[in-house]
Amino acid sequence: MAEVRIPTILRPYTDGERAVSAAGGTVAAIIDDLEANHEGIKERLLDGDDVRRFVNIYVDDEDIRFTGGLSTEVADGATVVILPAVAGGSR
Amino acid sequence: MRFDSLVDSVGHTPLVGLATLSPSDDVRLWAKLEDRNPTGSIKDRAALSMIEAAEADGTLRPGVTILEPTSGNTGISLAMVARQRGYRLICVMPENTSVERRQLLTMFGAEIISSPAAGGSNEAVRVAKGLAAEHPDWTMLYQYGNPANADAHYRGTAPEILADLPGVTHFVGGLGTTGTLMGVGRFFREHKPEVRIVAAEPRYGELVYGLRNLDEGFVPELYDESLIDARFSVGPRDAVRRVRELIDAEGIFAGISTGAILHAALAQAKKSVEAGERADIAFVVADGGWKYLSTGAYEGTLDEAEDALEGQLWA
Repeated sequence: MAEVRIPTILRPYTDGERAVSAAGGTVAAIIDDLEANHEGIKERLLDGDDVRRFVNIYVDDEDIRFTGGLSTEVADGATVVILPAVAGGSR
Repeated sequence: MRFDSLVDSVGHTPLVGLATLSPSDDVRLWAKLEDRNPTGSIKDRAALSMIEAAEADGTLRPGVTILEPTSGNTGISLAMVARQRGYRLICVMPENTSVERRQLLTMFGAEIISSPAAGGSNEAVRVAKGLAAEHPDWTMLYQYGNPANADAHYRGTAPEILADLPGVTHFVGGLGTTGTLMGVGRFFREHKPEVRIVAAEPRYGELVYGLRNLDEGFVPELYDESLIDARFSVGPRDAVRRVRELIDAEGIFAGISTGAILHAALAQAKKSVEAGERADIAFVVADGGWKYLSTGAYEGTLDEAEDALEGQLWA
């Protein structure tokens, strides 16, 4: 199982929960498991077979766009963070 | 070293090895001390580069008003140059930034327009774009989309690192406007493509991400995903822990965003050790810690510091 942190904007799908558990060995499988328990959330995260442009997904703090995308492995006990893309850094 | 004026002294910063935090003789960390720039941050490079590009194309003439969305450092750098060259500067700044940054901007003669805390820098960008539309005579340099921002690092930061550390294997920098990573990334893709480019992105509290609609997020216009190889999201707890380690172990007093960058650099170092490969990892010390003393990051327990930074734009 992995812990998935849900951003404020998506908490209506998780009854307001900030973090939920999901099972699956890859990000794609985790998202399918999320969808099974929180119907409608998948469509907010994915655009077809890709992560939406303004959605960032991190497995143990690493952006999955650089680690294999939706096929990125999710180890047992991993933390998956979903965040909207915002401007960051010391500007 | 002698220079004709302060702005001529931007760049050519020291690269210093981390004697204690480097994991082994084969995997070494090197700090690029950008706090040694005239106003104390890496943003002097971008600010000077953007102003000189706008002067060269005729956009900036004495008396012109410059408008910029900034959480602080870029504004301070622009203000230093603007005051000397006779430009008026208006900074749009989120209200949840540290008091020191406001004091410094005011001291350098900049005017500040506050944008709402909720939404962080995205809001500052939105407010600034609105003001720019209302005031067509103002010039927005727009660090998030201005190629001169990245060019400063393509021409300066990256070649300086390569000259000082010919065996460099990794570069780790902060991801904000993306200017540093885009400029350094493009330089190494062209001149030493085996160098891996690693981004450290600050992860703020809930207030900053707000109720942002997922279809209306913000990705800086400068950002080109193909120029980086890994991207780490770093929360305030890890950033504070690392910034304290940097002081304790190496005597380097850095700002909080540098803690996030060091966290990513150490994660990369660990991977290199595990893979049994040699690595020379250069990372950016974006600024010193002076401007963040009031945030609470440098005193008390990690729990207390984490609580203090909740809701603040700490990087």
